[in-house]
Amino acid sequence: MQQRTPIEEQIDLPFVESLRISFQSLKIRFGRSIITTAGITLGIAFLVSVWTNNEIGLALQESGRQSTINTFEETTEKGISTKDIWLIVMSLIVCVVGIANSMLMAVTERFREIGTMKCLGALDGFVVRLFLLESGFQGFSGALIGALIGTLGAVLLGLKDYGLDLFFYFPLLPAQPEDGTARLGVIVVILLGCVLGMILAVIGSSFPAWRAAKLPPAEAMRTEV
Amino acid sequence: MADIVVKTEDVVKEYRMGSNILRALDGINIEIERGEYISLMGPSGSGKSTLFNMIGALDRPTEGQVYIDGQNMSHLSQRQIAAFRCHRVGYIFQSYNLLHVRSAHGNVTLPMIFAGIPEKQRNEKAEGLLDMVGLGDRMYHLPDELSGGQRQRVAIARALANDPSIILADEPTANLDTITGREIIDLIKRLNEKQGVTVISATHDLKMLDVSDRIVDIRDGLVERVRNRDEIDIEVGEVGGDGH
Repeated sequence: MQQRTPIEEQIDLPFVESLRISFQSLKIRFGRSIITTAGITLGIAFLVSVWTNNEIGLALQESGRQSTINTFEETTEKGISTKDIWLIVMSLIVCVVGIANSMLMAVTERFREIGTMKCLGALDGFVVRLFLLESGFQGFSGALIGALIGTLGAVLLGLKDYGLDLFFYFPLLPAQPEDGTARLGVIVVILLGCVLGMILAVIGSSFPAWRAAKLPPAEAMRTEV
Repeated sequence: MADIVVKTEDVVKEYRMGSNILRALDGINIEIERGEYISLMGPSGSGKSTLFNMIGALDRPTEGQVYIDGQNMSHLSQRQIAAFRCHRVGYIFQSYNLLHVRSAHGNVTLPMIFAGIPEKQRNEKAEGLLDMVGLGDRMYHLPDELSGGQRQRVAIARALANDPSIILADEPTANLDTITGREIIDLIKRLNEKQGVTVISATHDLKMLDVSDRIVDIRDGLVERVRNRDEIDIEVGEVGGDGH
């Protein structure tokens, strides 16, 4: 063996390039991206609608308009009923499972792509970073749309139950009534929904992406879905 | 003394399939000289693709050592292996393995992005390479808009992006018709002759033998024999004219 040239370490993926590659990938796979994003949108819409509905209920209850509130018959003296807590927890679970499933599928069908990128010299970290950026963007936009749809749904339901009084007592901002239950306010609920959607999407995709990136390229490319 | 670019020492690869262990490579020893055109031949399941993966650092051997340019591959860090794949080797696959979200041009520039080549320079180089493989007019098409032969040309251009010293081609003609396959082989051979790139190809395409310097026959995970080109008598014949 004559040649003993050291193997150079020059390997790089600038952040701007990662952003460009991620957006390009989202743009070209637009149809597929929409389906993945729809999974996130639905999960967050469900969660936010239940949550907002609850906020609206609390706000109107505190306003002393119990007479118009038929739906709060089971409400305990102070705020949220067990049924509402149950509903919120259930919607949270549905949301987590739905998003994790969407992201898992979206990454698993791209194992070959991951193997190919590694053949071209990508470090495991590059692959994970690209998926993280893609899913973070998908998660945030999907969750934002979902949160807005969810709020709209809750408002329509509220209109049916409470009429136009709803707008008068609308719990937009956080509040801590002296004798009532503290409320987050709809704005905070929307924000929380967006953050949750984004975090779940990132976790849901970076875990399988990290697992795929760890595989030797030959194995990643062999994986059939 | 010969300039050895690839050397394997008792390379063994085992796959676990449930409770069974499949021994795909059973102690392979080969040496490949710089600038050679080597064909790894063997029936399906002989282990030639597995050996191909070992030489290209796409998989790790269960036992044994692989040396490339005198470097023991098992001693390299993850970063060095990535750099090795990026700078030293160009891969060509049977199923092209192009990134279908990137255009032909985008596929060729990606390894150059990893190598840290400035944008202007890599764009020019990608254009030059795509021109060379005859795709100057389809540079910005997505792989799905190209024919099989054109996709393989993109893969060849991509393999050459960082001026590798070794081209690894795994059944590069298996998905192509005879004439297109012949064109791809001629293209790879030209690179081998003009640029002195070492070509290692796993194949069972007889047309490949015609251009190989040596043929390594693999059977049941072992090197059955190594033949020089002049030792074999191939009659590939003329199929479909001059292949243009």
